[in-house]
Amino acid sequence: MSAAVAVEAKNVSKIFGAGPGEVRALDNVSVTIQQNEFFTLLGPSGCGKTTLLRLIAGFEMPTEGSILLEGEEVAHLPPFKRHVNTVFQSYALFPHMTVAQNIAFGLEMLGKPKAEVQSTVSAMLKLVRMEELKDRRTSQISGGQQQRVALARALAPRPKVLLLDEPLSALDLKLRKEMQIELKRMQLETGITFIFVTHDQEEALTMSDRIAVMSKGKILQIGSPTEIYEHPTVRFVADFIGETNFIEAEVMQRIGSDGQIKLPSGIVISHPLGENVGVGAKVTLAIRPERIDLVRPGTEAHLSGTVENIVYFGTDTTFHVELEGSQQEVTVRVQNRRGHQEVLKAGDTVGMRIAPEAMQILKD
Amino acid sequence: MAEGKAAHPAASHRPASTFAAQAAAAADRRETRGRWLLSAPALLILLFAAIGPLVIVVIYSFLKKGGYGGVEWEFSTDAWFSVVFTKDIFSDAVTLADAHMSILWRSVKLSFFTTVMALVFGFPTAYFIATRNEKSRDLWLFLITIPFWTNLLIRTFAVMEVIRNEGIVNSILQGLGLIDAPIQILFTDFAVMMGLLYVYLPLMVLPLYASMERIDFRLVEAGYDLYATRWHVLRRVIFPLVKPGVIAGSILVFIPSLGAYVTPRVLGGGRNLMLGNLIEMQFGQGRNWPLGAALSITLMAIVMIALLFYVKNASNTEARHG
Repeated sequence: MSAAVAVEAKNVSKIFGAGPGEVRALDNVSVTIQQNEFFTLLGPSGCGKTTLLRLIAGFEMPTEGSILLEGEEVAHLPPFKRHVNTVFQSYALFPHMTVAQNIAFGLEMLGKPKAEVQSTVSAMLKLVRMEELKDRRTSQISGGQQQRVALARALAPRPKVLLLDEPLSALDLKLRKEMQIELKRMQLETGITFIFVTHDQEEALTMSDRIAVMSKGKILQIGSPTEIYEHPTVRFVADFIGETNFIEAEVMQRIGSDGQIKLPSGIVISHPLGENVGVGAKVTLAIRPERIDLVRPGTEAHLSGTVENIVYFGTDTTFHVELEGSQQEVTVRVQNRRGHQEVLKAGDTVGMRIAPEAMQILKD
Repeated sequence: MAEGKAAHPAASHRPASTFAAQAAAAADRRETRGRWLLSAPALLILLFAAIGPLVIVVIYSFLKKGGYGGVEWEFSTDAWFSVVFTKDIFSDAVTLADAHMSILWRSVKLSFFTTVMALVFGFPTAYFIATRNEKSRDLWLFLITIPFWTNLLIRTFAVMEVIRNEGIVNSILQGLGLIDAPIQILFTDFAVMMGLLYVYLPLMVLPLYASMERIDFRLVEAGYDLYATRWHVLRRVIFPLVKPGVIAGSILVFIPSLGAYVTPRVLGGGRNLMLGNLIEMQFGQGRNWPLGAALSITLMAIVMIALLFYVKNASNTEARHG
């Protein structure tokens, strides 16, 4: 596939309201989304992800900045002049039309000939596996089926970009999992660029090619799911996606980009450093709970502490360990690959060993 | 049922369920009786104030007219005959009652145009109100109902004041030099229609607003997203969704317009009669009560046809939403 750009947002800001009550929903956001990419905007509610989506769709105009669709400025075009379609959170299916009529709507508005409309509609019905229900009213089908119709309706005009605004949030867990796989399949089958908005980090990790993590109107980090999960650059990203232990450490020495870092236990390890981190600086390390190995006290370890409590989750067991010499609690997750083994109990002292690459230095 | 069984472990399942069924049936009966009691006042009013007089009107339409008004108790279809036909006094030649037909036609025509105009003006108004925020919506609705505070006759005379030859419209147009002589607006069909529109416009706006308020405006966004222009969104998305309101509003405007009496009397100036005036004449100067009664029933028949159309459409849309 070519690496052509599908959507580009350049220094986009969006301010709602005016005066003291104004809300800066987007603050100088720039992002480039490649063609044929499954791109996810991830963040808590109110972070501006839906606003960015609505700007791309054309429901809102940016206060500043420009939005390019395949290199063409579209920021001030109305939605019906942009070759972009949206799957709405509430689906927004037309209640006075049948399933097939809903799917045909966009094609009819584009003035496609009848035969083409019909063949596209039946292809779409097949794609979303809704052939049998094509003559039903949208009020007579289930939530999951409505979801499929919304998807088919938005895909039917073959948009350059498909925008999905938390489309799975109204579905129950099992259906949501199915639809995640389904969505990914459709993206691959149609070859259309998907921009997906969600606050569900798991959804983002399982489906996306790339993720942009947003908070308070800004994009904090853009990267592949593994990059975002394993190498978060800022605290918010590390905290929002998955569980993370934050451990304070001190820079002892610096040679080139390599540094010596002192952990709370007093042990010094070598770790590559960012550019503006000098000797004596305090840094925060983000460590995922599953990247920590528990070892017997006395053996070589990076940290040590006392087991506070143990929570059994079936697939894994979580240990809450209080670090020696500080009140800080560290979460350690151990997979139960050999079944549950009661080797440790609350009050035991343990050592913790962490691979250096599992310690991620955060920017702030 | 299950609870009853748990409370009395000794009791077998069947009597418990029978008892429950009986209790449920008794509750149903009580509820039905309660509903009848609640609707009794309305039913009594309907019986004495609507059905009773209606029966009298139907009977009168089949009687002979009395010499000085009133009726003679003798069966006759003369009244019904003269609704449609006239008999020449000298030659006994039967011809179509042109006067009645033209009044009937004018009534239907004016009511129809009034309804169309009310829709043309009412639709954007209702849309405007429905898209305001909740607080200002109440204010706008309040403003819509203000004309109802004044007596109909006074309002109609006020309209007359505006459109008469020496009235505001003509004097402004003359003052601006746009016209030399006043335009004759008063005492025309147009004046009657304007008056009807003015009086009944709120009856169009309110049901339209009620159905528009329920629209999920995300559907409008979805329409735009799917390449529908403003016109297409209006025609393909908004209009079908507010159709019940359009029908209700149209009925509410059409029916009273058809039977209007005050407006055509004042603004039509005795020349541009409508059915209501014709009926009144039969009971007054005309002294032909049976004919008045027959004309009233004719009016009712037209209304009934309009209502049937409404009920049919309403049930269609209901099935669609159900």
